Amino acid sequence: MTYILLFPLAGVLVNLLFGFRRGERFAGRVATGAMGLAFLASAAAFLSLLGLPPGQRALRAFLFEWIPVGGLQVKASFLLDPLSSTMTLVVTGVGFLIHLYSMGYMHGDRGAVRYFIYLNLFSFSMLTLVLGDNFLVLFVGWEAVGLCSYLLIGFWHERDSAAEAGKKAFVVNRVGDFCFLIALFLIFGRFGSLDFGVVLPQAAATLGAGSGAATLICLLLFGGATGKSAQFPLHVWLPDAMEGPTPVSALIHAATMVTAGVYMVARTSALFALSPFAMGVVATVGALTLLMAGSIAVAQNDIKRVLAYSTVSQLGYMFLAAGVGAYTAAIFHLVTHAFFKALLFLGSGSVIHSLHGEQDIRRMGGLRAGLPVTSWTFTVGALAIAGIFPFAGFFSKDAILFAAMTSPRGGLVFWLAGAAGAFMTAFYMFRLVFKTFHGKCSLPIEQQARLHESPRVMLLPLQALAVLSVVGGWMGLPLVRGADLFGGFLSPVFPKMGGEHHEVVLEVAMMLVSLAIALLGIFVAYGFYVRGQGVGAAYGRRWPRLYRLLLNKYYVDEAYDRFIVQPVKRASIWAWHAFEDGLIDAAVNGAGAAVEAAGGAVRRLQTGYVKSYAVAMLAGAFAILVYLTVRGG
Amino acid sequence: MGGLLSWIVFLPCIGGLALLFVGDGDEAGRRRVRLLALAVSLATFALSLALYSGFQGGTARMQFAEAASWMPQLGIAYKVGVDGLSLPLVLLTTFLTPIAILFSWEDVGRRVRLYHVALLFLETGMIGVFVALDFFLFYVFWEAMLIPMYLIIGVWGGPRRIYAAVKFFLYTMAGSVLMLVAILWLYFVQGGQTFDILAHLDRPPDPAVQGWLFAAFALSFAIKVPMFPFHTWLPDAHVEAPTAGSVILAGVLLKMGTYGFMRLAMPLFPSAARDFAPLILALAVIGIIYGALMAMVQDDVKKLVAYSSVSHLGFVMLGLFSFNLLGVSGGVLQMVNHGVSTGALFLIVGMLYSRRHTRLIADYGGIARVAPALSAFFVLTTLSSIGLPGLNGFVGEFTILAGAFQRNPAFAAAGAAGVVLSAIYMLWMLQRVLFGSRLAPANENLPDLSAREWAVMIPMAFLMFWIGLYPKPLLEKIEPSAQAWLAQVGRRVLRVEAPVLGPPGGLPLGRGPAPRGVAAAWMERLRGEGRP
Repeated sequence: MTYILLFPLAGVLVNLLFGFRRGERFAGRVATGAMGLAFLASAAAFLSLLGLPPGQRALRAFLFEWIPVGGLQVKASFLLDPLSSTMTLVVTGVGFLIHLYSMGYMHGDRGAVRYFIYLNLFSFSMLTLVLGDNFLVLFVGWEAVGLCSYLLIGFWHERDSAAEAGKKAFVVNRVGDFCFLIALFLIFGRFGSLDFGVVLPQAAATLGAGSGAATLICLLLFGGATGKSAQFPLHVWLPDAMEGPTPVSALIHAATMVTAGVYMVARTSALFALSPFAMGVVATVGALTLLMAGSIAVAQNDIKRVLAYSTVSQLGYMFLAAGVGAYTAAIFHLVTHAFFKALLFLGSGSVIHSLHGEQDIRRMGGLRAGLPVTSWTFTVGALAIAGIFPFAGFFSKDAILFAAMTSPRGGLVFWLAGAAGAFMTAFYMFRLVFKTFHGKCSLPIEQQARLHESPRVMLLPLQALAVLSVVGGWMGLPLVRGADLFGGFLSPVFPKMGGEHHEVVLEVAMMLVSLAIALLGIFVAYGFYVRGQGVGAAYGRRWPRLYRLLLNKYYVDEAYDRFIVQPVKRASIWAWHAFEDGLIDAAVNGAGAAVEAAGGAVRRLQTGYVKSYAVAMLAGAFAILVYLTVRGG
Repeated sequence: MGGLLSWIVFLPCIGGLALLFVGDGDEAGRRRVRLLALAVSLATFALSLALYSGFQGGTARMQFAEAASWMPQLGIAYKVGVDGLSLPLVLLTTFLTPIAILFSWEDVGRRVRLYHVALLFLETGMIGVFVALDFFLFYVFWEAMLIPMYLIIGVWGGPRRIYAAVKFFLYTMAGSVLMLVAILWLYFVQGGQTFDILAHLDRPPDPAVQGWLFAAFALSFAIKVPMFPFHTWLPDAHVEAPTAGSVILAGVLLKMGTYGFMRLAMPLFPSAARDFAPLILALAVIGIIYGALMAMVQDDVKKLVAYSSVSHLGFVMLGLFSFNLLGVSGGVLQMVNHGVSTGALFLIVGMLYSRRHTRLIADYGGIARVAPALSAFFVLTTLSSIGLPGLNGFVGEFTILAGAFQRNPAFAAAGAAGVVLSAIYMLWMLQRVLFGSRLAPANENLPDLSAREWAVMIPMAFLMFWIGLYPKPLLEKIEPSAQAWLAQVGRRVLRVEAPVLGPPGGLPLGRGPAPRGVAAAWMERLRGEGRP
């Protein structure tokens, strides 16, 4: 199991030592090879896990004692159970394809070697996060992916916007990490340990169901998750994260980073089970985020920005599922989403690569002819995310919608939110597809002529991910008993929620309804952007205020700037000038000046002999001493 | 080797005296001076490594202790020793001095001999403070340290060096005079006319006077830390000091304050320390937040780093005054961490300054394009400073906060907010210095790291990773002493109120393995003996 971690780390080290001398091609091969080996190791670990009886599927590896002090005995130890195994397969599998793709995409970039080092480091961090056997090792990975995102988003640091976006990602994440840290202190205070093996089994006995402590811990943990997984109100960093190279966006949005929050909530489900209130918050925030981000995506014109908001929205689905206790569905959607979102981002990267950096979909169109492979794979991805049968997204989204309705913690409101989100998803995705690949090409003529499909090394991952986006959902088939391999594999990890008897008729009916909603979304998009050109824009003109609100992302960034950033800055500057310099230091200098004046008066005492100073000092000290003694005695 | 500790203390001083006989009139002479100084400091470091490897874990007693009669009629003796609380700081000092000398190679060209003499004398003073077990000796080292530092700032500093040096000197002096009074009180009134620190530790004075004595010590140390609101000498001193001076100042001198609290003020006057704890915790937290906010709005890189020190030292104080094992161990570790991280930050700022002769953030930007290796170290050091897990800062910060949280969740949470703020001001600084589209023409030919600068940075980076990934060897050595320290500090607490600490993390006071000496002295005290 430790090999899974070792390979990417070795990749980092080899490239650090030799990569800069041996060049881009070498670095790319090392990094990609390391990820390939890590995937094989993950697969081997998965198989060895399958060899165990379902109840005992947990392998642990202890490396060394990390922070042993007093009651805090933190070990560098790792845990492979069905949940972390699933995650490692996704991280290394999808990660490998992204590495492969990067070899083509980053070809010729000056910083390509540095890029591959960061990429391997990113994967290593994410693997540490999902394999950690205690909260603190998880936190190491947690912070390290934050760091890698900082480095990779700001990869083209000579661009101001990239440097800014990188910093924003790190700082916003830190706000979430602050909550996480406090949660860790609370957990440590209550349990005296940070090991999953101690905390999770004892959670119910130590905290008690419904206790305030459980709620507080869960809310703080979820606060951490909102940072990493870009949920409202800490979602603001993710759309800006597209400043990084496009494969990085794929890595952040699909295989690593944003899934960390979902994973963490799933990992600590034993704690969340104790707090219905916290779970309600999780589900509500998830539902709100999926609606908010989905509606923003409808109005965006940058191909990557649309995808970014769609990620925020899909993550909302995952938290909705986790919040109603359907962890299996949440992780299922995490997996399928990793497939099709990686596909979509890499596809958009292929488009941008071909157009030499153009990202505005208003200036695209009709690219189907020039980029056939990109076009069909992207469409597969869009169908998958929209939830069309039998693509992967259909099964996972259906599982979430079903749970949102029927779970004891779910309800009609959650289902409605999910269904509305499904409509929006289908609409904005096909708006993207139609405006990019169909219709009339709005590119300048000479650019149209130079349009060319991306190189093989980039298309191969697209094709592989397209296949996964189709078949990926089939491992979690509903309705048929025993066909839900995915759920069967994962369910021992999670607490039972009850009420899991399936009413076949209801389930089929709901499937049909959600399918109809998705088709409706595609149909409307078709009507707006293919049949009736300009209809969408007309609606935008009809409700200008709504349009601007969506276009400007509900002004969340502006609100932060206005109500938090600027006031803090102003207050600090004020404190600097008025308080620091004006009060404290003025007092100090004033005292100094007073002494100097007095010194002038008693200048005659200044003999220049060190000895006499020493005597005077001693005498003075002695006088105080005598006074104190007399007074004290 | 007998007398190892004394060798470590006095070797730099001997080397400094030897330097006086080396001429620095020509370039060859200056080179000889530098080489000799470097050799002496490296030898001292090698000796301290022997100290480290010979140091036994699992015990709290003073090791490598030496005692010699000095002025017996006055109760003054030469007594030195190290335990788990002072060992890491001794190592930090002997580690940073050669780095400072190596960095000064091209940085200091004026009065080279005097400069190195000052640095080496300073090293003796600093190590002496950490190992002295006699008040008189302690005070001698304490004051002796001041003079070379005063010279380093005042002679080799920037344009406002005189103001900064005098401010530094007076501030510190004001504090130390009060401490002297308190020491003399202990000598004459309290404890049988002896300056033996350990003897006094075994006999805390009457609670009625503890408050005064503690206040005198605390003020002296609080200035040194520096704690809010006694910190305003620090930015000036840092800004004006030459780079190596800043490294030593931030790396070691500030720890004198926290070490003083830990070694003297708290265990000597345990009940007063308890009484003052809320005030000091509050000041520590204010320092964390206030220092961070000040750092955020600075336009001078060096000032920014100086204010970040105010913030980081607040963490150490938070740990010490948590009165539990995690807080104290984390505090000691964080003293070392701050020395490494902030020392390295000042080195990098110094490298930038030596290239461009400006400290203004606005004069930089886009540096990462022309000096990638320097930038990489800058990023690494920054990450270590803001407590990224896997690097040194995190281990200390986390342990401190975990300890502080058991004592007072509100203070700990407020302190943890410093974690967010540090990310903001540090990364914003990086963004403005290293990144961005703007690259001023003056910066276009900025050279990347020289071989000497690599040699300076690599050991720093190594320490960041080592402490971050495998702090166990250090923690093992710290822990027993921290336990014994808790027993000392907890003595009065036990009598006044029930154990205050929540179960895990906190040491159940009084039940810990109190060293025999302490217990015996305590019994003695209860019987009314041992007081004149």
